Amino acid sequence: MRIVAEHLSYTYNPKSPFETKALDDVSLTIEEGEFFGILGHTGSGKSTFVQHLNGLLRVPSSLRGYREKKRDRENSSRTLLQVGDFDLTSKKTDFRALRKAVGMVFQYPEYQLFAETVKDDVAFGLKNFAEKNQKPSAEEIERAVREALGAVGLDYSEVAAKSPFDLSGGQKRRVAIAGVIVTRPEILILDEPAAGLDPLGKQDILTLLHDLHRRWCKTVIIVSHDMDEIAENCTMSAVFAEGQVKYCLPPRELFQKAEELSALGLDIPLTAKLCRALEERGVHVDCDFTTEGFVRAVLALKAKGGRA
Amino acid sequence: MKDVSFGQYYPVDSFVHRLDPRLKLLFLIVFIAAIFVANSFWSLGLCVLILIAAVAFSRVPFGKVLRSVRGVIFLVLFTAAVNVLFYTGKSEPLWEWWIFTVTREGIVFSVFLVLRLILLVTCSSMLTYTTTPVALTDGIESLLTPLKWVHFPVHALALIMSIALRFIPILMDETERIKNAQKARGADFESGGIVKRIRAIVPILIPLLLSAFRRADELGDAMDARCYMGDKHRVKYKKLTFTWRDLIVALLGAALLAGVILLRIYGADLLGVYLGVVL
Repeated sequence: MRIVAEHLSYTYNPKSPFETKALDDVSLTIEEGEFFGILGHTGSGKSTFVQHLNGLLRVPSSLRGYREKKRDRENSSRTLLQVGDFDLTSKKTDFRALRKAVGMVFQYPEYQLFAETVKDDVAFGLKNFAEKNQKPSAEEIERAVREALGAVGLDYSEVAAKSPFDLSGGQKRRVAIAGVIVTRPEILILDEPAAGLDPLGKQDILTLLHDLHRRWCKTVIIVSHDMDEIAENCTMSAVFAEGQVKYCLPPRELFQKAEELSALGLDIPLTAKLCRALEERGVHVDCDFTTEGFVRAVLALKAKGGRA
Repeated sequence: MKDVSFGQYYPVDSFVHRLDPRLKLLFLIVFIAAIFVANSFWSLGLCVLILIAAVAFSRVPFGKVLRSVRGVIFLVLFTAAVNVLFYTGKSEPLWEWWIFTVTREGIVFSVFLVLRLILLVTCSSMLTYTTTPVALTDGIESLLTPLKWVHFPVHALALIMSIALRFIPILMDETERIKNAQKARGADFESGGIVKRIRAIVPILIPLLLSAFRRADELGDAMDARCYMGDKHRVKYKKLTFTWRDLIVALLGAALLAGVILLRIYGADLLGVYLGVVL
């Protein structure tokens, strides 16, 4: 499913002293199959944007009025938000079906666990999204939970009967992710999936997301402000600042704009810093800013020039 | 969740905002007493007038103040309806059917009741609109100081209150977040019968309780780390002071209470005297 947003704006607490404009005329397209990174500072609107994608935040209803629609048609700045075939500007959208197709993992998802056993918790979404007249049987549930736990690298026979509160932090997070992917969403959105984990845990989660992207969900969107994470993993990235999309580029082009990014209060990944340091010393390394790509580029230089 | 206007602070600078919180608390008590002492349209009208003046001087929009009634509108209408239909006074019934009787007195009585309830809610929310939670607890602590003589833990009580108030928005945010997370997993809080709806709360309640306990632990540790030891050796950052504004309002409160009591005792006579003087 392809995501198309055009002229999307959102204001929190409109017409009050707490009014804050979170999104300001955002237009962004995310193609199917992408591993998409959304970058931005705290309060840049990135979380607000992704919450629109599964209907947790709605396009403001004033924009759906007759007069607004007419005016929008006239000056062609109509707010548009489409996820696959779902038109999120319409009131008639089936938000349940949308949420089934677009899985959302919030920041610190381990704090949403509640059930008595891991199995019940993972099955929560499965039961909620089941059609009324065809409740999944116990075997179906068990199979789906087993697969989902397997997909996040946990052993069903070991954890399924345990209380989710007895697991370690990293395991809890995996269970929470399993609870979202168990319904096989086509798009998986993760808000800061690696926040608060130790470096090894971070690496594990990102490897896990790669596996999921390959075998489980067509499109994966991660919201992050860790540049290395984006550089290593993403095929495409967008930078949010002050409620607007400043750049939408593949990481290898994006991270050449070190000055522009630092003006927005953002860093560049370690590999890009190394490339710049080498550039200053007269060595040009052409790479895609992944660790692997950087090493390969340096090795290629070494092979060519004998020393690097 | 976001429509809770009761108990919110409205951040502008105004005459009412600058009043001493102790005075505002006392005034609120006096005002509530006045509402219940008042038993005629004249005296209730006086209360309404004072409230309108207070709102006007506070620069809080009238709509915002009226919105605080929304939460109790059902209660207000229900009691009004019950009173109109069941009040049996001495006068002739205007309308009778089965067990229902409508009398003139009943109608008057329920209009009073509605006015009183609305005044009660709006004046209390005026206090929270114009006073920061910190100022409010400072005021309460200061007013309760005499209780220290009987070893009542006034300071601890004030601290508990201010922490509770401080945590309301945090826990509301948290609720919103957990609710969204469960919604994303297909949880449905809007449809179904009462049993289904109550069961639907469990996935919010458990994570919320856990996070409240976690936060309480963290806060306790943070306070220990900064050597918090109750009110021993503690000084105030902001001292409450009584100014000319407070004096005016204090006099106004006393006048209001006296006026309402006089109107109750002498009622129409007093008005007769007044009208006699004017005419």
